[in-house]
Amino acid sequence: MSEDTVNTNRRYLLLATTGVAAVGAVGAAIPFVQSWQPSARARALGAPIKVNIGKLSPGELLGPLPAWRGQPIFVIKRTPDALAILENELEKLADPNSLDSDQPEYAENLHRSRNPEIGVYLGLCTHLGCSPKYYGAVQPEAFESNWKGGFFCPCHGSKFDLAGRVEKNLPAPTNLTVPPHYYESDTTLVIGLDGQVA
Amino acid sequence: MNIRALRAVRVVAIGVLTLGFGVPILAADSDWIMKPMSPDLDNTASLQRGANLYVNFCLGCHSLEHQRYERTADDLGEIPHELMKANVIFTDQKIGEHMQSSMSKEDAKKWFGAAPPDLTMVTRVRSPEWVYNFLLTFYEDPSRPFGVNNKVFPNVGMPHAMLTLQGIQEEVCFGNRPIDLLDVQPALDQDRVESIKDGGDENCSELSLILGSGMFSNEEYDQAAFDIANFLHYVGDPTRAEREALGKYVIGFLLILLVLAYFLNRNYWTDVKKN
Amino acid sequence: MSEVTEKGRLVSRAMQWIDDRLPITSTFKEHASEYYAPKNFNVWYAMGALALVVLVIQILTGIWLTMAYVPTAEGAFASVEYIMRDIDFGYLIRYIHSTGASAFFVVVYLHMFRGFAYGSYRKPRELLWLIGMAIYLVLMAEGFFGYLLPWGNMSYWGAQVIVSLIGAIPYFGPDLMEWVRGDFVMSGITLNRFFALHVVALPLALVGLVFLHIVALHHVGSSNPDGIEIKASKDENGVPLDGIPFHPYYSTKDFVAIVVFLILFCAVVFYAPEMGGYFIEKPNFEEANPLATPEHIAPVWYYTPFYAMLRAATFPFLGIDAKFWGLIIMAGAILIPAALPWLDRSKVSSMRYKGWFSKIALMNFVVAFLVLGYLGTIPPSPIATATAQIMTLVYFGYFVLMPWYTAIEKTKPAPERVTH
Repeated sequence: MSEDTVNTNRRYLLLATTGVAAVGAVGAAIPFVQSWQPSARARALGAPIKVNIGKLSPGELLGPLPAWRGQPIFVIKRTPDALAILENELEKLADPNSLDSDQPEYAENLHRSRNPEIGVYLGLCTHLGCSPKYYGAVQPEAFESNWKGGFFCPCHGSKFDLAGRVEKNLPAPTNLTVPPHYYESDTTLVIGLDGQVA
Repeated sequence: MNIRALRAVRVVAIGVLTLGFGVPILAADSDWIMKPMSPDLDNTASLQRGANLYVNFCLGCHSLEHQRYERTADDLGEIPHELMKANVIFTDQKIGEHMQSSMSKEDAKKWFGAAPPDLTMVTRVRSPEWVYNFLLTFYEDPSRPFGVNNKVFPNVGMPHAMLTLQGIQEEVCFGNRPIDLLDVQPALDQDRVESIKDGGDENCSELSLILGSGMFSNEEYDQAAFDIANFLHYVGDPTRAEREALGKYVIGFLLILLVLAYFLNRNYWTDVKKN
Repeated sequence: MSEVTEKGRLVSRAMQWIDDRLPITSTFKEHASEYYAPKNFNVWYAMGALALVVLVIQILTGIWLTMAYVPTAEGAFASVEYIMRDIDFGYLIRYIHSTGASAFFVVVYLHMFRGFAYGSYRKPRELLWLIGMAIYLVLMAEGFFGYLLPWGNMSYWGAQVIVSLIGAIPYFGPDLMEWVRGDFVMSGITLNRFFALHVVALPLALVGLVFLHIVALHHVGSSNPDGIEIKASKDENGVPLDGIPFHPYYSTKDFVAIVVFLILFCAVVFYAPEMGGYFIEKPNFEEANPLATPEHIAPVWYYTPFYAMLRAATFPFLGIDAKFWGLIIMAGAILIPAALPWLDRSKVSSMRYKGWFSKIALMNFVVAFLVLGYLGTIPPSPIATATAQIMTLVYFGYFVLMPWYTAIEKTKPAPERVTH
């Protein structure tokens, strides 16, 4: 075998071995990376829950409930007045039609829920994950004199209306997320599952 | 009456029967020659039957506290979760939860003297074969608080949960029983039958079933015991199938790498040999 | 073409910038591409590299296990099952770690045997050898502390037995035992401190000692199967005539050994992680029960030779009771290899050139070690105890008689240059 063949072979062998070993290293990393995914326990604790909304009166907030994957969930019952407000003042909103926001198909509507009266929202601000506070009444608040009811995030000042829609020119980029939910009966709300298509 | 109600009745009945006895559960050595059994994790039907029998006859007292219903459903042939909820989960537990027994540990301690052990890993502590033989060798023994004893777990502190299925076994001396009965004993395998026939009536600790005392035939009960042991073998190490499947790829890959590494090394060492 | 040189110049300028601030190139040269190793290494010389690989595997998997393990008496056992069942690939990480513990001792014992056979402990490598012995001791402690963590019944009672050994020390033994446990029985308090030692203190010590081991090795240079110094014959550039650069010749050779090792390792991890009860014992699948000892207690296989010697002490002698003798013999058996550099009086280093006495003594030593290892796994019986007593004498005989048999035996002359 000549010097040249040895060297050519060497280069190819070196390339092939390094390449295959690199693939192996990536493969070996998979279990370590994958083991950081939510475990079966996390998934079990985050299982769907049932909520009785029979006693919820208009304008009232139920929550935050540790409902969907253990995250805080707000359930609100809107008054007819509040529903009317949702149709106005659309120009104030950053994403009035929820085009860039996260919600199931059945909540892609004005009130962002299955049932217009009941709103179900993930209580985590889409900015940096603080939990907003509920200010349901139409009355002047410290953070806004012309407040029409909704959620206010104390961390960075984002404001959301009663359908969880964010106001323009505030840090939060999108509306509050709507978790999967459906009604098992008139008074039983299931959060965490889409249920049958309505 | 549905299964759930039956089960509740049984648990309560066992509790009432055993109240006040306080039987400590002590493992003791046994010289029972085991009937061979090799588990078969590929037999999904057997595993499913085993799971069903386990939740009906064992789970009332013996939890599988590290095993989740969901994993069981997914591993045993992708049983749909709704089906699992309807047929296997009798308590108000959710599919993602561990397979807990419905009896509280305090009650258990009061009734049995010691809480029935968790069986998640019984086949790893003992063996699937042990579980199989344990289920086969309950026999009538009036001196025991529950009226039964066990060949592989002498003085076991529990009743025969599947008595209605298997029927009553008695301890007999061979020679006093017609030999042809031996051929249908679930607890015996054929080699053992032959050796007993040779031994004549010196052997007085063999088991014989009172025919017709159980709902199952010998073959059916033998299969049931196998299925439960097989299921518990799965529960002891549920990732086994996944692990062994993955192993082939990992070792195959390393063999390819070995070939490359070997030739690379040989190539470099031609330099050294020349010196 | 010009583009290539342009790029090349940029890379070398970047490298120069780093080298001015951190000696990467010169370190690589000194310890790899211009570290000259004897060209006659055989497979025994790959064990050190394998030990390093296992160390990395153990540290990585150990870190990952720590992420989900709960170091309390109430939570430990369940958290191990949580890792085994609920976490994606948790079973793999755990089995790699449990198999790695045994693999560590396999390669370390082979590595030490290499030293015994080729006289790697001899001048000027005495400190290298002592650092290695320190690594071995820390490794034993690491294994012991780690073994308690699953909080299985074997973990619990195994630790109970070993900690009780301390009680054999006359006068202050019992108090010391209590102090180690931090309780009157093995408890969650003990588990907590063993956990801290296993995951923080001892790994730090281990890594530090391994670093020193390599520094010392590269200072004195590697020994070889002929047991001669390659530095004795150098060329005009000061490069040993029998030396070849570690990189690429031994980096590629060790790589082959590593892949072979990984294949065997994976075969165990994927197909026999319990290794028939030798790597993970059956009673360890049952939670620790302070009221019931498993029927048969035996330590993990890598301690059994010493455990057998401990049990071989059955009678008082020189006014010291059998229990304390057991401890003395066991500690002596573990520590005595550290004296090898001063016990070996032979003119030659390698078994290739030593006389028959040395060869027979080493053979006897290996047999004694293996027989003791086996005896340590089985329940005691009169015949087993008698055998263990004889084998203990053979084991110590290898060391204690060494100054005598290496001095009087007839040796073959070692060659000037390595045989290759």
